[in-house]
Amino acid sequence: MYDLHSPLDVERVRKDFPILDRRLAGDRPLVYLDSANTSQKPRIVLDALADHYERHNANVARALHQLGEEATAAYEGARDMVAAFIGAPSRDEVVFTKNASEALNLVAHTLASGLADDPRYRLGPGDEVVITEMEHHSNIVPWQLACQRTGATLRWFGLTDEGRLDMSNLDELVTERTKIVSMVHQSNVLGTVNSVSPIVTRAREVGALVLLDCSQSVPHTPVDVTELGADLIAFTGHKMCGPTGIGVLWGRSDVLDALPPFLGGGEMIETVAMEGSTFAAIPHKFEAGTPPIAQVVGLGAAVGYLSGLGMHNIAAHEKALTTYALHRLGEVGGVRIIGPRLPISRGGTVSFTLDGVHPHDVSQVLDERGVAVRAGHHCARPVCVRYGIPATTRASFYVYTTTAEIDELVAGVEHVKRFFR
Amino acid sequence: MITESLYQEIILDHYKHPVGRGLREPFDAEAHHVNPTCGDEITVRVRMAGDTVADLSYEGQGCSISQASASVLHELVSGRELTEAVDRHEAFVALMQGRGTVEPDEDLLGDGIAFAGVARYPARVRCALLSWMAFRDATTRALADDERGHDD
Repeated sequence: MYDLHSPLDVERVRKDFPILDRRLAGDRPLVYLDSANTSQKPRIVLDALADHYERHNANVARALHQLGEEATAAYEGARDMVAAFIGAPSRDEVVFTKNASEALNLVAHTLASGLADDPRYRLGPGDEVVITEMEHHSNIVPWQLACQRTGATLRWFGLTDEGRLDMSNLDELVTERTKIVSMVHQSNVLGTVNSVSPIVTRAREVGALVLLDCSQSVPHTPVDVTELGADLIAFTGHKMCGPTGIGVLWGRSDVLDALPPFLGGGEMIETVAMEGSTFAAIPHKFEAGTPPIAQVVGLGAAVGYLSGLGMHNIAAHEKALTTYALHRLGEVGGVRIIGPRLPISRGGTVSFTLDGVHPHDVSQVLDERGVAVRAGHHCARPVCVRYGIPATTRASFYVYTTTAEIDELVAGVEHVKRFFR
Repeated sequence: MITESLYQEIILDHYKHPVGRGLREPFDAEAHHVNPTCGDEITVRVRMAGDTVADLSYEGQGCSISQASASVLHELVSGRELTEAVDRHEAFVALMQGRGTVEPDEDLLGDGIAFAGVARYPARVRCALLSWMAFRDATTRALADDERGHDD
């Protein structure tokens, strides 16, 4: 009836993730359906972190001893791996940040600072920033603050009833006044994968930058920055099998060169004098202070792991899971899927409501059965407002998710219905 | 099963059949509280008559714990002398913040003792306390307005 073929040997993949063997209270197996929140980590990433601290720990780029050289090689080697992973034309275009939020804030903050030489990179009164109603708060609040500081105006793409981006007014929204369009590639609530190319084309016409929040796409599907055509993308390590505390901002060299520095400190300078300072070239211009070295090494290991599985395979695996989940959940009376109900241009994040039962209560009862999901507004409150709901329950899948786990979810939702009847 | 200790029948009853729900006029002060982690919301109004909480009315949306707790709040403080209401408020907050170690006083807390199990779920304590914190704010405002009123 539907294609459930996954190119991944999921049972073998699961053996790579120690936490999946864990037993929860009541000796229940873990059914982890919260990977859009954070993914679990394979052994190879855990080993890379331990190995770094056990054998190579030193500061990077400033220690001239053997350990310092090893740590620097590992740190910069991970940059090469991340650059290759996203098809970046140059390794210098990969900036390590704390997380995706910091990467997005970096762009908003530097544009708002007014310090760029080129006026195209300075936000001011009369300028417009365009975002969408399906953004995570991390791609809303930095722009609200930037507009507050500069007098620029924030404008929004709306959403269709089906959970897609409404691009019918693209030409009215993105105009000569637009300095930047900042939007999510794949929604963390709806699962929708946005079609980027019409927006990139329009932005080019009017000379606006395009920044994509790829936190939910880079972990799950092949992303090639030159194919996407955006000027900048942001994503985070912990949603792609990597550690927490490490994010990435990729930007075209000329764009990153034009943006003024973000945080000041060691490592981001060329020379410092009492009269003023000059700054390092990219990417170091944006990496002030001691970076999260072990986390970067761990992210490198994660990228290697995902590449080994194959991003096309991962995407096909999740498409099969999503097809199955949409079908099974759709059969449960009282369940309303929030987001596209067809597994086309959408990822493995399925949000739903259940008639008469608040999502918190759904997730609490599911938790008693070992099924871990997320409930709430998922840091994307405007989406909930758009669809007239206070919150959703969200199940999200990854390389280790099985159809049997989706069966557990569905059985759990049926149990919730009986419990609150 | 754990769920049963969290979702006591009393809590589910208050959730399905809330007592005193709906915002009423007149009122002396109002407070709107939101739980930013989940989006649960509650608006609480108080009407004072001398030293008595003549009415506590409320409206909100959220999980069974937050909404049932508002219903129990209404039951426990409406029509009570303020000192008594404050005692109950303190006892409920202590129960919720006790991580399951506080023995609830049924004479003081009535149906509120059903929330004892919630105290063992740190993520849900804020749900249970949402309306109670709004009540505290609304009462503080009502009393402040009252004092200003006397000054005039």
